[in-house]
Parts: sequence; C-alpha cells; structure tokens
Amino acid sequence: MISKNLYLILIISAVFAISFWIGFNVNLLPAEASINAPIYDELFKILFIIGLIIFIGMTIAVIYSLFKFRKRKDQLGDGIALEGNLSLEIIWTVIPSIIVLIIGLYSYNIYDRMGGMKELNHSHEMMATNTEKIWAGISQASNSEFVSNNLSVEVSAMQFAFLFNYPKGEFISGELHVPVDQKVSMKMESKDVIHAFWVPEFRIKQDIIPGQPTILNFTPTKVGKYPIICAELCGPYHGGMRASIIVEEESDYKDWFNKNTKTEVSL
Amino acid sequence: MTISIDSQGSDTNSLQPKGWLRYLSFSLDHKVIGIQYLVCGFLFYLIGGTLASAIRIELASPMSDFMPRDVYNQVLTLHGTIMIFLWIVPVVNGAFGNYLIPFYVGARDMAFPRLNAVAFWLIPPSGLMLVASYFIEGAAQAGWTAYPPLSITTPQSGQIIWIMSVLLLGGSSIFGGINFIATIIKLRRPGLKLMQLPMYCWAMLGTSLLVVLSTPVLAGTLILLSFDIVAHTGFFNPVLGGNVVVYQHLFWFYSHPAVYIMVLPAFGLVSEILPVHSRKPLFGYTTMVFSIMGIVVLGLVVWAHHMFTSGTPPWMRLFFTIATAFIAVPTGIKFFNWVATLWGGKISINSAMLFSCGFIVNFVFGGITGVALAQVPFDIHVHDTYFVVAHFHYIVYGGTVFIIFSSIYHWFPKVTGKLMSEKLGILHFAITFIGFNLCFAPQHWLGLNGMPRRVAEYDPQFQFVNQISSIGALLMAISTIPFLVNIFLSIKNGKDSGDNPWNALTPEWLTSSPPPVENWEGEAPLVKEPYGYGKPITQEN
Repeated sequence: MISKNLYLILIISAVFAISFWIGFNVNLLPAEASINAPIYDELFKILFIIGLIIFIGMTIAVIYSLFKFRKRKDQLGDGIALEGNLSLEIIWTVIPSIIVLIIGLYSYNIYDRMGGMKELNHSHEMMATNTEKIWAGISQASNSEFVSNNLSVEVSAMQFAFLFNYPKGEFISGELHVPVDQKVSMKMESKDVIHAFWVPEFRIKQDIIPGQPTILNFTPTKVGKYPIICAELCGPYHGGMRASIIVEEESDYKDWFNKNTKTEVSL
Repeated sequence: MTISIDSQGSDTNSLQPKGWLRYLSFSLDHKVIGIQYLVCGFLFYLIGGTLASAIRIELASPMSDFMPRDVYNQVLTLHGTIMIFLWIVPVVNGAFGNYLIPFYVGARDMAFPRLNAVAFWLIPPSGLMLVASYFIEGAAQAGWTAYPPLSITTPQSGQIIWIMSVLLLGGSSIFGGINFIATIIKLRRPGLKLMQLPMYCWAMLGTSLLVVLSTPVLAGTLILLSFDIVAHTGFFNPVLGGNVVVYQHLFWFYSHPAVYIMVLPAFGLVSEILPVHSRKPLFGYTTMVFSIMGIVVLGLVVWAHHMFTSGTPPWMRLFFTIATAFIAVPTGIKFFNWVATLWGGKISINSAMLFSCGFIVNFVFGGITGVALAQVPFDIHVHDTYFVVAHFHYIVYGGTVFIIFSSIYHWFPKVTGKLMSEKLGILHFAITFIGFNLCFAPQHWLGLNGMPRRVAEYDPQFQFVNQISSIGALLMAISTIPFLVNIFLSIKNGKDSGDNPWNALTPEWLTSSPPPVENWEGEAPLVKEPYGYGKPITQEN
C-alpha cells in the first residue's frame, strides 16, 4: 500500500515537473512589442502550465487504465460494482471550482492591468465634443502612467485596407508610424463591413464596426515593423487585408511626420 | 376516419415498404428514421469533408492559388454549415436519439411518429438546396455566422438560400426536440423512474431543452436578417441605423448553446459505451445528471464570450468570462467520472472503446483551450484566429465525431445483427486519431503567432506548419476508406453477432438484433439498473 501511494506521488510530481518545464521552456508566442504583451504572456504561461498538468494527468490516467485494466484472455465476469464515491466526486467538483475561480480572478487582474476595466476615453485634441458615444475598446495599460506624450490616430477600415489619419499633421497614411514607448490612442471606424485591428506582437485586437466607433490604446515598446492584420471575415480579399505598423525612435518618427505633414508645408 | 393509438404501429407499418426500400420511405418507425438520419448525415459529412479537403489544399501554399477567393469563402461557409446543421446535430440528436430513446424508456415508438418523420424529411431537401445554391449564383460567403453587414452586401441569392435552409433545419431540430422531451417525460414504461434512465436520456432531455429554448431565437434573427437583405429594412444594417452587434448577441444566444446541442448527446452516448466495454457501472450517476443540467443552465448564459472583441462593455466581458469558465466544472466532473468508470474494470480494447478514449483525450485538450479562451485578456489576442479553429475542432471533431464513430461500432450489431471487423476498426481509429491531431494541434501555434481564420492566403513563414496540418487532413480523408470498407463488408459478410454481443444491460440489447418492428415481442422489460455490472443479481440475467 505504501509503495502504491509512493508511485502515485512520484507520478504526480513528474507530471508537475514536466508541465512546469514545458511551460517555462517552450515559447509558443511571437515577440513581445507592447506593454500589454508581457502581461499577456504571464497569463499564457500560467494557463499553459495548469492546462498541461490536467491534460498530461488525464491522458496518463486513460492510457494506464486501458493497459492495467484490460480484459485478459479467458477472463470472464465483470469489474467491481463500484457505482460512485461521494467524497471523490465532491473533491473533483470543489477543486476544479476553486481552480476556475482563481483563474478567473487572476485573469481579471491581468485584464485590469492591461487597462480593460478603465473608463474609455479618446484623448483627441481636435475632437469637438466629448459627448460622442464610444462603443467599446481597450484602454491603456495601467502601469504606463509615466507615458506623458499621447499620439492620437483615427483609423478607418474598408474593404480591404486600413487608413491612418494623423489629425495633428492633417495627413492620411497607409502605414501606421508610431514612436516607441509612447501611448497611442486610436479611434476606429469602419466604412463598410466589420473588420478587426490585430497586431499579434502587441497581443491586442479590437473589432472595427460600421456605425459605432471603437477605441484601442496601446504603447509599443520595441522598435520594428509589425503586421496589422484584419481578423474579421470581411470579403474575398480578407486574407490580403494587411497593413504595417512601424515602431521607430522618436527622432525617426518626427522626421517621417514632418515629411508628411501638410500643416508645416502650408506655413 | 378513426385514429387508434394501439394499432398505429402495426397498421401503418404493414403499409410500409419492406427491406432497404423502407429507408427511402416516409416511415414512422423510430428505428428506420434513426438510420435515415445517420446515413443522410454521413452523406453530408462526405460533402463537408470534401470541402474541408479543398480548404486544406488551398492552405498548403501561402498564396490564394487553388480556387478563386470568393469561392473559397463559399467553401468555408458551406463546410461549417453542413458539418454543424447537416452532420453533427442531426446525427447525435436525430439518429441515435431516435434509435435509442424509445428503447431506453420502454416505448414502442416516439411520442409523435409523424412529426418525427417530418423532422427527418425536412433535412434532405434543405441540405440539397444549400449545396445547390453554389450552382445558382454562388453559395453564401459570409461564414456560417453570417455577420451583417457582410451578409447583407454579399450576393443575395446565396445568402437567402442559406437562411431558408438553416430555418428549415432549425425547424427540424425543434420538432425533434419536442418529440424527445415528450417521449422521455410521458412515454416511460410504468414503473420506470427518471433516475433509472440510461444517461443518454438525460443528455437528450438537456439537449432538447436547449434546442427548444434557443433555436427559435436563431430563427427570428435570421428572418430579420432576410428582411434586411430583400426588403431593405434596417434591423442590422448600419447604413439604415441598424446595429450589427445586436445580431451577434442574438446569433450567439443560439449558437453557443448549439455547441452543447452537439456535445451533450455525445456525453450521453459515451456514458452508454464505457460501462459496457469496461464491465463496470457508470461512475457517479447522480452527479452526471446534475452536471448535464448544470451545463444546460450555464450554456444559456455564456454567449457573449464569442464577442469579446466586438462592442462589449467591460462588466459584460467579466460576467461572461466567469460564467464560461464555470462550465468547466460540470464538464470536468463528467470526465473524471468516465475515467473512474474505466478504473478497475475489465476493459475490452475494441474500436468502440478506442474511439471513446480518443474522445476523452481530445475533448480534455479542447476543454482546456476553451477555459483559456474564456478569459477575456487571453481571448483578445487569439479571437478569430486559427487557435479558435483548432479549439472548436477539438470539441466537435475530436469530441463529438469520435463519439459518432464509437457509437457506430457499438450499435452496428444492434442494427444489423452482424459484427464489424475489429482490425479495420482499429486501423480506422489509428489513422483518424493521428490525422486529427496532426491536422489541428499545429493550428494552435498558427493562431498564437498571427494567422487569422477564414483566410485564403497567409504569411510564407506559416507554410511549413500549414503543410503539416494539410497532411493531417489528408490522413483524416483517408481514414474514411477503412471505415466505409468495414461497413460494406460487415453488412455483406459480417459474422453473426447474436442478440447481445457485448452482454450489455441497457434495454435496447434485451431484444433481438435487429429488433422487431414493435421493439419487443412481448412486454418491454423493466430495466431499473442499466449499469448494474458486477452485481450478482444482474449477472444472473
């Protein structure tokens, strides 16, 4: 009996060890390029490890049962007449409930840190009134209060392109240029069908809905060029509806901005 | 005209054609209707599977080069619609429900045999209509979700035919649901209590409640959508002041419960199969019943988790996260109970058992990614990507379709009186299991790394993983060959199975195989312990 329990403990420890090892060493995610990304990856890692423990544990239990309790030749009769075990059933009701509740509270915390529970506002200098109804979106990650500068961009999506309007410079670009480590606030609206704005490296996505503006805020943290992907089926060329976001150093961004801006030319 | 309930069975059945022709007739026999559902569903599965193969061929290369882009969208729309409404829902509900429920409650037929036949005969014409829409002006191309405004702006004829077809199929589903509820509640043999019913009855009771409560919402929504398309009303059309997000709420109010309409019957079927082949009682009957009802209640209040990136206010995101994640609890109970059913048994490792165990492993995987997807911050990144595609195929294919195959191996002797070849069955399982996991496991990575769903083209960096997935799909297509060979060979030359080849205790096995028209020659047996394996009393029987 003691050796049986010892085996059980050894197997459970091995499952935990393998799951933790995989969880910490196998990276399934793309580069982290926004403030949201490391927060997301923290949640992913935890869910991945819990998931691995349950999956590996259940798979071992099934395969072990198939092997250990298989019917041998000439073996007649039935297995034990075990119809249930109340304490076991209570255990596997209560423990998953607690796990699910903890995961739920933890992901609420993650979501809050990403800025999901914040009041939505679009800090747009040129917006005449603030009474315009903002439908939904993701606000700014809360651990980025140090970011003082704020870039506002208006995004319009249509079949099959994104256009980025820089109200400060009064110009429209097909590429989204943003300075690194600065908060970007986007107000998005669709001209035709539903689209979605997704940057995998930023771990953010928001639908762009016709008739209802949505908000998306983020702060890029890594210089580079990342794809902007439409994630909502929008027609035949949906797969080709791409744009690029170029995260650059402040000075490079200013050069680009000045090259494009109409306000300066008109002065 | 006199209607005599007593003579209904024998009189009408004497007018019915005999032999295989009865499967093409307006038969009122629940067993014939069950087989009609199964064969019809399987034919549509072959069509849906062909479309899936076309998708995987297109995605074997990064460019959109196999078919035109609008045809690709039609293919993915038809694939989803056919697999859900013409294969999985009719088969796990209609086919096995019709065949088994009257046996399980000790009745000679369903409560409303004519409604039952009508429910089936709605399916072939609406299915053919849906497929035919491709040849008229092109099928619907807004995905099976048919989100407006895309569904309003794409070519109209395909979308309208799609709506009519889904409405008819929804009607068929409601007729079936009413019939199952009435049969389980009212047609039970005297002396048979609800808590003595085989678990599949409880699963079908829960499923039918979901069907009756949620399908009418889909019907109403699609009627409004069709008004927007043909009469230019503005329910969902933003140009006319409509609201596209309201459509999503209404659509998912049906379509999330639809997931449980597809998996709860499978939970019921596996609860019948595992005890028989492991020679042990079903572990935790009462908790199984409560967890089914728990899933029914929770399943109705989780729909907005499909809309975390649409216009959903933060509080709503939070509520639906918690509600969705809690479905894992009753679902988890069922899986632990099934493993406990295996534990200490005398397990026959045969095709039915292997497919059921494959189901457990695949579904646990899909359930885990499901709990992850329920978390708003997690979902925001992977929503509408291949991660989601992988997740729901683990649920509906790795889960439900595995159980459909398991059930076919388990009940084939019941229907035909012949045994299926175990060698071919195990080969079928091996190819399906490997092909399925090869096809869908890599798609999780694709979604996490930036491949959205419903695209005909993608970044070249994803080509290798997509090709692995396509090879898996090829294996899945190949796996139907040993299955079909097995079916035809077994029908023709299969070994005689006897009445009860598995020594099962559930009531459908306590009659001849195949059963007589009236199900039992004499009185229906009173089975109070359908899972009484290992007990001295039941072993005497």
